[in-house]
Amino acid sequence: MKLHLKSGRLIDPIKGKDVVTDMLIVDGRIERLGTSLSSDKSFEVIDLKNKIIAPGFIDMHVHLREPGYEHKETIETGCGSAAAGGFTAVCCMPNTNPAIDEESVVRYVQEEGRRATGGLVDVFPIAAASKGRKGEELSPMAELAKAGAVAFSDDGSPIANAELMRRIFEYSSMYNLPVIQHAEESTMTKNGLMNEGFESTRLGMPSIPPIAEELMIVRDIVLLRYIPRAKYHIAHISTIGSIDCVRRAKAEKLNITCEAAPHHFTLTDEAVGSFDTNLKMNPPLRTKADVQAIKEALRDGIIDVIASDHAPHTIDEKEVEFAQAPFGIVGLETAIGLSITELVHQKYLTLIQLIEKFSVNPRRILSLPTINIQEGELANLTLLDPNIKWTVDIQLFKSKSKNSPFHGRSLKGKAIGIINNGKTYFAK
Amino acid sequence: MKLQSRHLLGLEGMSKEDITLILDTAASFKEILERPIKKVPPLQGKTIVNLFFESSTRTRISFELAERRLSADVVNFAASGSSVNKGETLKDTARNIEAMKIDMVVIRHSASGAPHFLTRVVKANVINAGDGAHEHPTQALLDMMTLREKHGSLEGLRICIVGDILHSRVALSNIYGLKTMGAEISVCGPATLIPRNIEDLGVRVYHRLEDIIPHVDALNVLRIQLERQKSGLFPSLREYHRYFGVTKEKVDRALKPITIMHPGPINRDVELSADLADGPHSVILEQVTNGEAIRMSVLYLLGTSN
Repeated sequence: MKLHLKSGRLIDPIKGKDVVTDMLIVDGRIERLGTSLSSDKSFEVIDLKNKIIAPGFIDMHVHLREPGYEHKETIETGCGSAAAGGFTAVCCMPNTNPAIDEESVVRYVQEEGRRATGGLVDVFPIAAASKGRKGEELSPMAELAKAGAVAFSDDGSPIANAELMRRIFEYSSMYNLPVIQHAEESTMTKNGLMNEGFESTRLGMPSIPPIAEELMIVRDIVLLRYIPRAKYHIAHISTIGSIDCVRRAKAEKLNITCEAAPHHFTLTDEAVGSFDTNLKMNPPLRTKADVQAIKEALRDGIIDVIASDHAPHTIDEKEVEFAQAPFGIVGLETAIGLSITELVHQKYLTLIQLIEKFSVNPRRILSLPTINIQEGELANLTLLDPNIKWTVDIQLFKSKSKNSPFHGRSLKGKAIGIINNGKTYFAK
Repeated sequence: MKLQSRHLLGLEGMSKEDITLILDTAASFKEILERPIKKVPPLQGKTIVNLFFESSTRTRISFELAERRLSADVVNFAASGSSVNKGETLKDTARNIEAMKIDMVVIRHSASGAPHFLTRVVKANVINAGDGAHEHPTQALLDMMTLREKHGSLEGLRICIVGDILHSRVALSNIYGLKTMGAEISVCGPATLIPRNIEDLGVRVYHRLEDIIPHVDALNVLRIQLERQKSGLFPSLREYHRYFGVTKEKVDRALKPITIMHPGPINRDVELSADLADGPHSVILEQVTNGEAIRMSVLYLLGTSN
């Protein structure tokens, strides 16, 4: 493989670089970096005028569904979706069957990722925090960490038991890996289908109060204050109150980070009135005020990461009554487009900040190696066209599932390709 | 005259003109119900299926009678003993039934939005006979018809809906319809059974019947379900009756008679005292009769517009 990236705008937050440059990549390695480089005919030239070269993006909250739910997605199709969406890495959640709660499953997921993509997309498993994600006993974190788990989470099943959460914080802290919490006080959300508020009242829908999320975060912060060497990461934060809690905890210098999902800063609960089950997710779509707060918290650095919570479900599973439908939407192929459209073009984030949220910050939180964009290093890059106009078409998704509420939405900006481990993917 | 929509999914957003058309048409059908032969031909040759995924006696019988009186062919489908128990989805059930050439579907379902979902998968006209805690439009229409008969006009009429507002599709449809017609609506019940932000629908909230009874023309008393006690929403039927039950003693404090309504079936002496239910100001049986007329009206208006 020989690539000549021509006249791209390299934005590297790590080195604080923002320059127009050429880049020669040979066998996956950055051979030369500089303006107006020349290359012989053996190089494939890619014109990146007005395009961005960024460190590879990672989606740290993805459900690849394998093993166990291959009718929704496989590691192969999920990684295909990641590549098409602009990600050189994904972290997959352990709510598989069996759960990722022992070494062998961690290894299976990693190996299948390597087999399926040949290294184009790195698959980093997030292991269960408790055995079987049942919230009863500690998972074998030492073994899981050694096998390559990058974080611990019972995602989808909040860790309700306070004593267990304390022990998870203590035990995981030995390996310096974050505990990712799906923050939800489940006693308050039974049968809930959408955000509690005017819209749920208007639709007569069983509801999920925002305080269910906030209460769990408050409890976890109290525990974290007691065990400050633990690392706590909140998945898909969605309410004003939650953001306030994180803001205060960060001011205290606690080891706390959080992520937001694109649907939580682009859609509100008003949309649920259509009863489209692609608007059913957990946490649910919240109010306009919450959406606004998330955008501002991303801008202010209270929210560290954008992650899609890619949750594939088949058409048959979703084409049912709202109450019967499973929670979640696919997100890998719309996350970057939505973020550039709603955050960069709306002036909430600069491109540098966007790259931090999609690459630098998640890698730091997960203690993954820093991506060095310099001569001699392996190229791990995401290429962006921040100004291209396109329309989301679920039929073009590489994901096995098409459950997206964004079908037909006009966006400005997307990833046009990725380079990782000597492999490339370019959008057609 | 035609309705704006080819379905009746709810009263939210329905125009005053459409509601008035349904009420006026129902008034003329009510005359037919007084005749010795209560059958007219407008839906002859039309086939209607009553899809009831939730048990209901009154509403189902009322719809079925209305359909038969308009000379439609009627098929009943109840969830128990059907393919639903074999794991068939609503979409498949509906599509299969439609393949049998059905013109209209009347659906009752425990999930909010189920009739709306149905309109996306079948071509037939869909009538909502109650979806979750969302809407029950024909019930609210029959309530409005009854109030209009009793009080002459709905404009400025003051109605309080009493009881479990949180789980009530009757309450929500009544609020939407009556507000459109210019009535003043309040709700009264335990704080645990009043949904959040309901004030934003333009209704006032009360927790003491004594505070609202002097200011209303009618009380629409909802059925309280014992299972709400188990989910921790109220402590006991005894306490509920004492503080939220509508009794003669409480109603007699008003300066003038108050019309008493109830969508049925009544828990006598729980949410409503027997003497009021059977008393001179109760319109509960008129509601049932008007239910017939309203359903005939809706079926007629939708079934003859295609």
